[in-house]
Amino acid sequence: MKPYRKECVLAPLFKLLEALLELFVPLVVASIIDYGIRNNDVPYILRMCLLLAALAALGLSVSITAQYFSAKAASLYSRDVKAALFRKIESLGKADLDNVGEATLITRMTSDMNLVQNGVNMTLRLLLRSPFVVFGAAIMAFTVDVRSAMVFAVTIPLLALSVALFMALSLPRFKKVQALLDKVLSRTRENLVGVRVLRAFALEEAEEKAFREENGALYRMQVAASKISILTNPVTSAIINLSIIALLYFGAINVDTGSLSQGELVALINYMNQILVELIKLANLIITITKALNSAGRISSVLSLESSLEYGKESTLLSDDAIAFDHVSFAYSSGAKDALSDIDFTVKKGEVLGVIGGTGSGKSTLCALISRLYDVKEGEVRLFGRNVKDYSEEALSDIVTVVLQKARLFKGTIRSNLLFSKKDATDDEMMRSLEIARAKEFVDKKGLDAPVEALGKNLSGGQRQRLSIARAVLKGARILVLDDSSSALDYKTESELRAELSKLDSTLVIVSQRASSMLHADKILVLDDGRIVACGRHEELLKSCPIYSEIYYTQFEKEEKSV
Amino acid sequence: MYKKTLKRIASLVLRYKFSFALSLICAFLYTLSSLAIPLFTGRAIDHVISEGNVNFTALFSSLIDIALLAVLSFISSYVMARLNNRISYLVSRRMRDLSFSKLSKLPLSYLDSHQTGDTLSRIVSDIDNLSDGLILGFSQLFTGIMTIVGTLILLFNLNFILSLVVLLVTPLSFFVASFISSRTNRMYRIMAEDRARQTECIDEMVRMDDEVKIFHGKRNAEEVFDKINEAYAASSFKATFFSSITNPSTRFVNSIVYALTALTGALLAIGGRISVGLMTSALSYANQYTKPFNEITGVIAEFQNAIVSASRVFALIDEAEESTEGESEIEEAKGDVTFSDVSFSYNKNEKLIEHFSFSALSGKHVAIVGPTGAGKTTIINLLMRFYDSDDGKILLDGRDITSINRQSVRRLFGMVLQDTYIRNASVRDNILMGRNFSDEEVRRAARLSHAEGFIERLPNGYDTVLSDESSALSQGERQLLSIARIMLSLPPILILDEATSSIDTRTELLIQNSFQRLMQGRTTFSVAHRLSTIESADTILVMKDGKVIEMGSHKELLEKKGFYHELYRSQFA
Repeated sequence: MKPYRKECVLAPLFKLLEALLELFVPLVVASIIDYGIRNNDVPYILRMCLLLAALAALGLSVSITAQYFSAKAASLYSRDVKAALFRKIESLGKADLDNVGEATLITRMTSDMNLVQNGVNMTLRLLLRSPFVVFGAAIMAFTVDVRSAMVFAVTIPLLALSVALFMALSLPRFKKVQALLDKVLSRTRENLVGVRVLRAFALEEAEEKAFREENGALYRMQVAASKISILTNPVTSAIINLSIIALLYFGAINVDTGSLSQGELVALINYMNQILVELIKLANLIITITKALNSAGRISSVLSLESSLEYGKESTLLSDDAIAFDHVSFAYSSGAKDALSDIDFTVKKGEVLGVIGGTGSGKSTLCALISRLYDVKEGEVRLFGRNVKDYSEEALSDIVTVVLQKARLFKGTIRSNLLFSKKDATDDEMMRSLEIARAKEFVDKKGLDAPVEALGKNLSGGQRQRLSIARAVLKGARILVLDDSSSALDYKTESELRAELSKLDSTLVIVSQRASSMLHADKILVLDDGRIVACGRHEELLKSCPIYSEIYYTQFEKEEKSV
Repeated sequence: MYKKTLKRIASLVLRYKFSFALSLICAFLYTLSSLAIPLFTGRAIDHVISEGNVNFTALFSSLIDIALLAVLSFISSYVMARLNNRISYLVSRRMRDLSFSKLSKLPLSYLDSHQTGDTLSRIVSDIDNLSDGLILGFSQLFTGIMTIVGTLILLFNLNFILSLVVLLVTPLSFFVASFISSRTNRMYRIMAEDRARQTECIDEMVRMDDEVKIFHGKRNAEEVFDKINEAYAASSFKATFFSSITNPSTRFVNSIVYALTALTGALLAIGGRISVGLMTSALSYANQYTKPFNEITGVIAEFQNAIVSASRVFALIDEAEESTEGESEIEEAKGDVTFSDVSFSYNKNEKLIEHFSFSALSGKHVAIVGPTGAGKTTIINLLMRFYDSDDGKILLDGRDITSINRQSVRRLFGMVLQDTYIRNASVRDNILMGRNFSDEEVRRAARLSHAEGFIERLPNGYDTVLSDESSALSQGERQLLSIARIMLSLPPILILDEATSSIDTRTELLIQNSFQRLMQGRTTFSVAHRLSTIESADTILVMKDGKVIEMGSHKELLEKKGFYHELYRSQFA
């Protein structure tokens, strides 16, 4: 809230001013009655009525100013919190994101933030005004008659207590409402993302039924939460009405004994009524604030997440050993079985490393560790002689780039996707990397500025893969890791791609299911069940490693025979 | 547009006629009691005149009346609020149900071309806005109108001229309010659009977190986000501020009414036409009369936001549905598939498949090959009725598939796609996919598809809860799981779209054996890059640029020395 101190002070201040102006009105009316009418002074009455109009005009400008500042503060505040939240999410490690869940992060950024923004806006507008009017009225009452005003001394704490109580009771229920809303959101999202599979299995009706159940649970919780919060208004009104009865009763006794006049009693009751009017406004506000507080809690719980990923500061290289795994083990969660165990190998600068192995053998995990999407459990990963943890984020991204198994693109254009990896790339550089990735042909047809939809949905799998390779090549990192990222390419395109890539001076890591991709590697790791079972060149492995030769011959059986 | 939306909201609300009527009655009782309490308070004060001049018996009876009214006010206001909340939440629940069931009926072309984030924002935030707006609208609108009518009656009882002044000038505030609201409506729409854009951006950046990290794209992503965030801050400020002008403006009009009443009252009092006391009462009623105008116009801003949101939801609900043409059901099929002169394109400007004819008899294996982007998946989209052909017919056992209901067609297909989708459910439910099979059968399907090994390695075996987002399974494991899905029910036609692209060749070889068994007597369409897996196919369709350019068996195509031959040679380069 600090950066908007100005707005946060000015908005309620102008609201107070407005309330003060309103307090003048009865005084003016009183003078109309006491002087104007009594003295039959028509010009005086006209002047006073003009004064009323002037007060109204002043009130208008003051209150518009207040609305301006509160709207400003609310929108700026929510902008900055969102920006902070976004940066927080960006800074979280992959393991953290897996834990929190993506759908819930999205609700927090959107519907929770809306509630907070609304809450700030309303709070600035009303929260100061209401207590001001309530206490102002009470103080005025005490100036009228201390003994009778004791009723106020009982009423106001009672009101505060009940407002606080209902707020405290409804807060946990609103929490449950938000949690159920998360569920509804995540099912909707699932149905949008997995539509083909769900329809192929004709699951539409089952999904609808499940949604209806979740939506029904949300409805019931909403009703249960509101059951409490809507009590605020009736209860506070009832307290005020009882106070008026008490005022009348004690006031009547005092009037009877002569210590209070009828006019003073009327004034006391008017002040009580003024409190009532303010409280009705406040009751609506309380619901908004309760919801906003709940959402603010959910947001701050994300903001206070500790990222498990801390980058170092170093950027200089220490040796020519491009990649070194030093007895590395890794598991996705602390209880799970190791996905990689005791991985130990070294790749020299400029070499080509091939990684091959069965499904679930740990190939992708290995790639994730090289680029530090996850941190190792045991051992150490070193790039150019330095532990990956010691590099700054920027240095690390200059050293290593991974083309992921699942090619995805950002919404925008082909150009904006390429620029994502290198901000200042020229058209020539872009075309060159498209050529290397064998994507030039179709990009030439579409143009660099052809639109790309979110995740690259409007492109085929192969086009996506080639563009994501081009994006990585453009980055020009010292180490380029291809995690089975040409699986959607036909053999012809893939072999052309491989030839182009071998011309680059980067150290290459090629992960593949295809033995043909391994032929030209300087070193091939054969992974099985998270362990290295063999390491060597193609010819050696063909002889010495049964798993490797089996993979090779399942793919090349016929060719071998025909040769 | 605006009115139409309003009407539709009304018709949704009127589904709950009984609650609605009861809420109106409560609003009436609440207004009555809140107008009467000051009246009785005034009467009570008349019994408390001066020292020694207090009529306690009359006072007590007035106090009892006030207490009874207070009880009435308490009950009616609570019941009214409960009902209003209930109705609003019922409406929003129904809108969510309608939107969701719409999702399952929308054509794929809609879903393929619309952003997930925008649709999500409609179903979540927009419906929330609507229910908030409805609650506020109900609770203030009816009591407001009744208060206005009630005070008018009381005013006319006091003095005709004074009430005329109040009656004629106050509607001005409505004009002011509607003037402002018609101008802020557009701002709310822009704000809602900006919000949807922001949801989209967040959705994308969260999903593509890996890429952002790898390319050190943080700053880039932040720039994109900040730009959208800035735009939203600006548009939400505009909408909030300009709509919040309404309330002070109408209050201003009301203050003018108050001044005019004071003026008229004072002049009448000078002429001796009314008493000072009567003028004071008239002023306080004038105040009371204008208050609901304030409240109603105050709610207008919220309500506007709600209506814009509602219109976005209605737009989704009104979206054209996937045609339901094809009434007949089909339980079993031999699996003869014929394409007869089929033409199709995703958009009118780009012709794709034209006059394609082809026929596959039951039990045959048809392979589709071709370079990336040649339109192989399009054939599958058409077969499974994800899209319908523009021209020509696709026949299944001689019946036009458009005459058969979509779900029924799809049930005949077993599909394994390259991008496997994992549900947010247990491994078992992911294999079952809503069908009824015993645990033993599930295990058997997993065993046959060689998925058993990794499933048993998961922390809770078959009960491990998976989700599409989690990285617990590799691409290959996902494919094994989706193969297990079709192993379970053995539909008569199989579609294997790069079904084994992420599975290593050793495992693939093992699965191939199961596939061979599976494919016996079943028509199979398979898309593959590894030509070795399709050499045994009965027919190979070679596609390029959306067209089938060659067709025949492996041997025939090799002898032809055409495009297929070139493709085949290149894999050994």
